[in-house]
Amino acid sequence: MKEELIISGRMNPHIDPVMNIWHWSIPLYLFLGGLAAGLLFFAAYQTIMGKDKKFLTSVRIGPIVAFGAIVIGLMALLYDLHHPLYFWQLYTTIRLDSPMSWGAWTLMLIMPLNMIWIFSYLKDIYPVHKCKLGFIRKIAAWIITTNDTKPEQDWDWKHKIIRDFEKYIVKDRKPLAWAMAILAIVLGVYTGILLSAFNARPLWNTAILGPLFLTSGLSTGAALLMIMTKDHFERISYSKIDILLVIIELFFITHWFMGYQAGSEIKVHTVSYFLGGEFTVTFWVNVIILGLTIPLILEVMELMKFKIPVIVPGLLIIWGGLAFRFIMVDAGQVIRYLY
Amino acid sequence: MRYAMAIDTKKCVGCSDCVVACQTENNIPIGYSRDWITETVEGTYPGLHLQIRSERCNHCEDTPCVRTCPTGASHVIEGGIVKVTPEECIGCGSCIEACPYDARYVHPEGWVDKCTFCDHRINNGQDPACVSVCPTTCMYFGDLDDPNSEVSRITAVRRIKVLAAEAGTKPQIFYLV
Repeated sequence: MKEELIISGRMNPHIDPVMNIWHWSIPLYLFLGGLAAGLLFFAAYQTIMGKDKKFLTSVRIGPIVAFGAIVIGLMALLYDLHHPLYFWQLYTTIRLDSPMSWGAWTLMLIMPLNMIWIFSYLKDIYPVHKCKLGFIRKIAAWIITTNDTKPEQDWDWKHKIIRDFEKYIVKDRKPLAWAMAILAIVLGVYTGILLSAFNARPLWNTAILGPLFLTSGLSTGAALLMIMTKDHFERISYSKIDILLVIIELFFITHWFMGYQAGSEIKVHTVSYFLGGEFTVTFWVNVIILGLTIPLILEVMELMKFKIPVIVPGLLIIWGGLAFRFIMVDAGQVIRYLY
Repeated sequence: MRYAMAIDTKKCVGCSDCVVACQTENNIPIGYSRDWITETVEGTYPGLHLQIRSERCNHCEDTPCVRTCPTGASHVIEGGIVKVTPEECIGCGSCIEACPYDARYVHPEGWVDKCTFCDHRINNGQDPACVSVCPTTCMYFGDLDDPNSEVSRITAVRRIKVLAAEAGTKPQIFYLV
């Protein structure tokens, strides 16, 4: 038996009695970042494959939701900083060794691209004649001109420079889509690498976390698109993609646990928290059963022509992704080296 | 130059004098501490083994805290001492997660604080505050690159251990066991 006690009464806030320096805002951000990465990746992927006319929700609405998710995530991150007014220090340097620096710069690049993407589809998704709010039309009049005679295309940008820029983007969307696809993958992987780079936290310190978080992010993105779309073909396509992603995710988690079981003393100790220890019930019920297995079964049943409301598997997948981040961040801080 | 510390676990009685000295010397806010005493008990009665250690930042050679810092606020100065620049620190907590020894904390003013080996005292030729007050003289401080320094001589003859060697950080606080 081994027992270790701090006897001088150390009680540093957020460090003692258990490490809790990252609380709800970090896992929330990791979830939203992964979700945004998934949505942006699918928008870019469908464009690259030339299917942007078929997958309208993914290319038009998905990026808007992704942008909102990133903004909320960034607000959570800013809230988490203890010296928030100094956040600009992130952009005075590029540190290749630091995952957080990678993340900050990736967000710096992906957000303008995301805005350009939304801008390029604005005319298609928002005909002014449908807008009932008079004050929005008044504000919009600063930058747009309306033309009520053409109901399909009833407004245009007032300034020529904006019209030219739009024409330039819309002419060939593929370069933008490629840049977006690559950055979305970097964003998705980074949410995992952020945790896996800490050799001090045995639960996080595994290379599989990068691909695992990316897969989970893509799968929550696909689930959200599945819920949002009204098009039957698009919904079934994302349902199929999601089945594949969930299977990959289960495969990664199995490998992860197997690797830990066959690992050094600290890794065996770590995985015991999930196989009989403190986090067993939370992890298996929320992530494995509710978040992955049940939606997987429901989606397969739907493909076999059973009537399943799409919102059920969709929300379960999203719940699983959210719970997975919270459990990972929490458990990772509880499990530490004993010396 | 490579500053290091050797702490004799056979002489330490766990009086916490080093903890109080550090808090006084460095104006540590109330409720916080940069160093602390850990007591490890191993075995089953009557075959118990007790070890008392004064712990602090290990000023590692391979510093995960400096590697993970996104702004460069955490850095290594001459002699291998790990320090934080408050004006560059955004308080993200990344270095706190990266430390296997939980040796860092967030100062109430928002930046991350930690042991500095009392570099302001070293520069005047003095020992760190914790070392200078130890009533059992169980702590030795000095330059590992100098074969005649106290810390070089004692680590050469005594059996030593470092904490969480498996984390791969090459800590520079040596416990004499």
